[in-house]
Amino acid sequence: MSQPSSAAGWLSLAEQVLELAATAGASQAEVIVQADDAALTRFANSEIHQNVAEANARLSLRFVDGQRIGVAATGRFDTAALEAMAQTAARIARNVEPNPAFITLPSPGPEPIPELPAAYSAATAEATPELRAEGARAVIAAADAAGVTAYGSFATTTETIIVANSLGVRASGERTTSQLITVSMGPAGGSGYAEMAAVDATRIDAGAIGREASERARATANATSIEPGDYPVVLEAYAVVDILDMLGYLGFSALAVQEGRSFVELGKRVGSELVTIRDDGADPAGLPMAFDYEGVAKQRVELLTKGVCTGVVYDGQTAARDGVRSTGHGLPAPNTYGPFPLNMVMEAGTSSRDELIGGLERGLLVTRFHYTNPVHPKLAIVTGMTRDGTFLVEDGKIVGPVKNLRFTQSYLDAIAAISAVGRDRRCLKGFLGGSVVPAVRIDSWTFTGATEH
Amino acid sequence: MRDLTDRALSTATVQGATYADVRIVHQVDESITVKSGRVEGVAAGESEGFGIRVLVDGAWGFASSNRLEAGEIDRVAAQAVRIARASATALRHRVQLDDRPPAHGTYATPVGEDPFKVSLETKIGDLLAADQLASSVKGIAFTESTYAALRSHTIFAASDGSYTDQTITHVGSGVETNAIEGDEHQRRSYPDAGGGWQSAGYEYIRGLHLADHVEALSNEAVALLSAPQCPSGNMTIVLDPSQLYLQVHESCGHPTELDRVFGTEASYAGTSFLTTDKLDAGFRYGSDLIDIVADATAPGGLGTFGWDDEGVAAQSVPLIKEGIFVGYLSSRETAPRIGRQSGGAMRADGWNRIPLIRMTNINLLPKPGMNLDEIVADTDDGLYLRSNRSWSIDDRRLNFQFATEVAYEIKGGKLGRLFKNPTYTGITYEFWRSCDAVGDERSYVMLGTPNCGKGEPGQTGHVGHAVPGARFRNVQVGVGKW
Repeated sequence: MSQPSSAAGWLSLAEQVLELAATAGASQAEVIVQADDAALTRFANSEIHQNVAEANARLSLRFVDGQRIGVAATGRFDTAALEAMAQTAARIARNVEPNPAFITLPSPGPEPIPELPAAYSAATAEATPELRAEGARAVIAAADAAGVTAYGSFATTTETIIVANSLGVRASGERTTSQLITVSMGPAGGSGYAEMAAVDATRIDAGAIGREASERARATANATSIEPGDYPVVLEAYAVVDILDMLGYLGFSALAVQEGRSFVELGKRVGSELVTIRDDGADPAGLPMAFDYEGVAKQRVELLTKGVCTGVVYDGQTAARDGVRSTGHGLPAPNTYGPFPLNMVMEAGTSSRDELIGGLERGLLVTRFHYTNPVHPKLAIVTGMTRDGTFLVEDGKIVGPVKNLRFTQSYLDAIAAISAVGRDRRCLKGFLGGSVVPAVRIDSWTFTGATEH
Repeated sequence: MRDLTDRALSTATVQGATYADVRIVHQVDESITVKSGRVEGVAAGESEGFGIRVLVDGAWGFASSNRLEAGEIDRVAAQAVRIARASATALRHRVQLDDRPPAHGTYATPVGEDPFKVSLETKIGDLLAADQLASSVKGIAFTESTYAALRSHTIFAASDGSYTDQTITHVGSGVETNAIEGDEHQRRSYPDAGGGWQSAGYEYIRGLHLADHVEALSNEAVALLSAPQCPSGNMTIVLDPSQLYLQVHESCGHPTELDRVFGTEASYAGTSFLTTDKLDAGFRYGSDLIDIVADATAPGGLGTFGWDDEGVAAQSVPLIKEGIFVGYLSSRETAPRIGRQSGGAMRADGWNRIPLIRMTNINLLPKPGMNLDEIVADTDDGLYLRSNRSWSIDDRRLNFQFATEVAYEIKGGKLGRLFKNPTYTGITYEFWRSCDAVGDERSYVMLGTPNCGKGEPGQTGHVGHAVPGARFRNVQVGVGKW
């Protein structure tokens, strides 16, 4: 055996590993292959300072012996390494107690896993260092023109994922992602942010991203202090994505509900009527994924519908516990964290950005959050800082930049207080997946501290 | 391996690199997770690959692959050079490296009991015993206990003739117990949130004596459900090492990273308030009691090694001396810009990542006088805060806010009732200047975290922190409402 170079080759290798598992006595087995071809060009002080590429592959085996499970993984694909991995997984399974929560690996679904052409772009797969450098130079040129300095990164990734199990599941797909982020910083302390994520790297308008961040950096120069307290806010999409990520992390998982640590109670209102959030791996506006890491086709799951809890995401084990079918949100085994919504989409509203800001009598416009962390998980109370563009708004007009503030705020209270949702949405990468989010206006947000910039 | 490293370096040089280095890394890991008295996941992994870093026309390029084969080495070396040439199209300053003698030799973490040779049955049994005890306490909703071991074997070679061979072993384990009632979710951890970690063998895990601590831990988690909310106001706080180490990490370790100071992390984690004009200028970081070093030679630390990933020998670098800022964590590229030699802090998260300036072991040195118990006895009125629950700090490392799992009231030098959901906040240098007691050697313990995030693409660093506990005055506790 040797390292394959195509999805078909990986699938064939996965089947050989399933045979090794069967020979070693597995009653069921699952193989996951993740093969990445990734590159990232990073710039700071308006020059490229880091520039990297990676070709990586990893194969993992979930070896099932009744209800005993062992997992082993390797990045080496010669016969000896794969046989040793299978033996290791079998040895682990022999040494653990049966897990009564485990019923079975998934069987093939009634429908074939849909093809998602929108998940892959040949342009991204073939992206060169020169293409990424060209993007960096476009951002830098925009910063130069504005008299500010550019920092950021331009990443392109091709990911091949194969899931095969002994019950006949065969899921195979290639997906691409690209992301350009930039922070511009000005001589008078200003800083601005902009970001874009896309399946197709050539759809990223680096010059526009650079101009957006640079204009924000100029507009935040010579920021003044403002007293912490409760203010109405408009959050740009860059901040809203953190709310979705955090709610996904804290509550939208079936395991979080089963363990009693989630805020989700089906039928309970937690958000305003303007808030509808779903997980949709097929939405072409996001970064699509056809199936999860158990080879189950991703279902569209309504998480919040007009502010009411309507669903959580499942993997095989949590679904078995609740007597339902997996929604296709499993993470690679051994996964003690539970399922996760990787493709969250928030429905657009009707307000333009000017209308969102225009609705603030006296409040703050926040570009993004920094270093957020839950303080009280069940109430979704989160602390964090504002960053790269915080402005005072009076009578519906931006009157000037303010220094950054710390907040300690329940994200549930926040989504309950959403009074307007933007009609434009952005595709952004969160801390695990890709989300599609609008800007929002929130009637009250609690700032609890201030910093010096 | 030398034939492969020679091939990588010569190919890169022939292609146009003026400097090149290569790391070949083979890594094995093992993890066990037990939840609520039941084994939930056991996994073993192996990873192997190489990364080649080159300087061409004064610009950096890096490429890596998991295929450790001669043909692939040629491809990746050429790719690294091509990437560097692309970097050079947006370059304003040519990279200059400091001079350091070529590195040669071998290093291995001292290991008493090889964690990969201890039977799986023993490791599972030890963890299961502790977790089952923790979960047996009435009122506990769920428990989660973890064990992990990691071993990396790294060959480093550079075009200046350096060649080193290092084997680093890290182990960690801990128990987390959770009580939930209504909207209240209380957690307690031992030895600290995220577990205790060291560069060591299984003897470290045995020495944690997990099962001896977890019953009391669970009882405390349950008691917190009905404990009063921690009051708000400006107060005296005493930080247990299980919280102080993260305070050091976030508000002393990260701001002293010289790459952050120069802006090269600005687009992700941010920069630092600790600008170079403050170096050798008497900038007061903390009170006279504050001595902090970056010590890559400290026994047991997660940041202990023989050489960093640029081939710079492990050393102890003073960062803060008697409260005055005196040094940075640095690299061969950044140190010359402040007129110094690299302090040996370049570390990479595996073969597929470039080295970045990372913390080694950032240690708050003990002060003779009082141990932690005596500091509490010396405190009339305040709070004792233990075990981190949440952390956040601004992008220049000034405004921080931490939550701990538990607060104990201190009255008349004695620990009293429990408070739930404590938080405290401050500005880094104001906070450290308010320190009026640091524990002595008797309270000095090596802790650390295996989850320090930095860089794009993301890297996870293992960093150590030896700390003795300390007292701070007039600290803002709470946020005024809950």
